Amino acid sequence: MQKFKNKGDKPTKEGFGEGVVVIGEMNQNVIGLGADITASVGMNLFAKNFQERFFSFGIAEQNCVGVAAGLALSGKIPVFSTYGVFAALRTTDQLRISVCYNDLHVIIGGAHAGISVGPDGATHQALEDIAVMRVLPNMTVLSPCDATQTRLAVIAALEQVNGPVYIRFGRAAVPDFTFPEMEFKVGKSQLLFEGNELTIIVTGHLVWEALQAAYLLKGQGIDSRVINMHTIKPIDEQAIIKAARETGAIITAEEHQIYGGLGGAVAEVVAKNYPVPMEFIGMDDSFGESGKPEELLNKYKMTSEFIIEKAKKIIKRKLII
Amino acid sequence: MTFRKITSTEDLRRISKEIRENVLISLAEAGSGHTGGSLGLADIFTTLYFNILNHDPDNPDWEDRDRLILSIGHVAPVHYATLAIAGYFPKEELLTLRKLGSRLQGHPGREHGLPGLELSAGSLGQGLSVAVGMALSGKMDNKKWRVYSIHGDGELQEGSIWEAAMSASNYKLNNLISIIDRNDLQIDGKTSDVMQLEPLADKWKSFGWNVLECNGHDHSDIIEKINQAKECKGKPTVIIAKTIMGKGVKSIENNHLWHGKTPLKQQLKDFLIQLEID
Ligand SMILES: [Mg+2]
Repeated sequence: MQKFKNKGDKPTKEGFGEGVVVIGEMNQNVIGLGADITASVGMNLFAKNFQERFFSFGIAEQNCVGVAAGLALSGKIPVFSTYGVFAALRTTDQLRISVCYNDLHVIIGGAHAGISVGPDGATHQALEDIAVMRVLPNMTVLSPCDATQTRLAVIAALEQVNGPVYIRFGRAAVPDFTFPEMEFKVGKSQLLFEGNELTIIVTGHLVWEALQAAYLLKGQGIDSRVINMHTIKPIDEQAIIKAARETGAIITAEEHQIYGGLGGAVAEVVAKNYPVPMEFIGMDDSFGESGKPEELLNKYKMTSEFIIEKAKKIIKRKLII
Repeated sequence: MTFRKITSTEDLRRISKEIRENVLISLAEAGSGHTGGSLGLADIFTTLYFNILNHDPDNPDWEDRDRLILSIGHVAPVHYATLAIAGYFPKEELLTLRKLGSRLQGHPGREHGLPGLELSAGSLGQGLSVAVGMALSGKMDNKKWRVYSIHGDGELQEGSIWEAAMSASNYKLNNLISIIDRNDLQIDGKTSDVMQLEPLADKWKSFGWNVLECNGHDHSDIIEKINQAKECKGKPTVIIAKTIMGKGVKSIENNHLWHGKTPLKQQLKDFLIQLEID
């Protein structure tokens, strides 16, 4: 399989911002909503390009989500973006009732996802958003891996989803390595590296780390499979069951709490269909803290080095079973 | 195509009584639900659906209809009874309220397919934001329809109401008319004991709204104030409607214990007789 190269570091929030402009051009009914912080959540380009379709609501996220529901009930397609900690957590009740129970096509951007948010510290690092968003009926949850894919995810949220959709993206400049030609199909994961001894199922920024781990493992004679789970819900059960059956061991990796996140979601499928040993990379039931993104990814054991460690551990576990 | 409007106060009063009867019958049959607020809002619902709103029971999704957002989903019984009497669905269906498989959920749920519902709601404090979104959409598209929203007074203790209030005046949404069911009661007792809301009119004024007050049981007064609200330029209007919880059944009027209680089947006859006397 091809080896992915970094085309240059770029924050996924920029991919989100570009994607929102694209869908604004594609569909006149796309409306932007802002709760201040527009530049840091990727809404400033849309606000500039479509002044008559962008509305500022101030620092009032709960109202924004309710307004989005009202717009959607009137035939508009609102896009509301703010930090994931607010989008997913402060407005959970509004999302649950006004948006999800009414099953409305509202696109929610969850910025500043993951520990790589860095120096802002625990309050602003969204590490629980996947868990809370994926538990809501009718909600689709997307977690693209780089800026190029985040742009595609926004377009997919317009074209392929007809209900509520949450798109998670980060702040730090991270390797941009996928191609615009790589189809983004909601609910269909991407096999990025083929291998049969274990599978790394990964989402968001850590996809790049998982690929680096797989390349290094290959050099050491260990064949690992890398699956980019860019859609957390609906999750690609087929790919997970196939990986369990063919490789017999699964590691999940995410910049998110292990409980309830990608790890939990994959474990549910594995336990129900084809139990195999699993290992989890992610936040282990703690808050984050301030630091540089790379320092934090290292402290909380999310880099390729730790994925390799887990890979070796899980191969031993396979032998014991 | 729009619904025929009723102007005679006598006729409106007769419809309000019929709504109250159906509220009591459906709640007694259901065995749980919210009686006090449902009875208290019967005159306002009558006025809206039989005099004010442009709507069409034969075509509930009519593009140019006025929108009614019920933010306080717990008073669904009065909404259901009104919709049934207006012809949205057969009155017999009111007896399925809160039962398994019914389109009449305890709190409105559009996914169950009842015609005439604009919003699934029940978590307090959310409806005004939704109404703001709708009104904004109407403004963007230069539509003539209006958005009406109905709120409880206790509900105004929710902070998100004030976020929404701030935004409605910011965007000069004069196509939005919000009605407050000011019965001064909530589940735990008097709103002034649970959390003081006064000076309520001043609060709304300071948030940039046109503020009107009315007697929520006087059809002519409600009509007059809504017509005044329609004339208002550049501001949303809130109408603080003074009401009596449980209105129409003297023995339970103004008693907060009847917020979330229903008549027993053996009480129903007596309550219906009290309606006749009222
Ligand atoms: Mg009250």
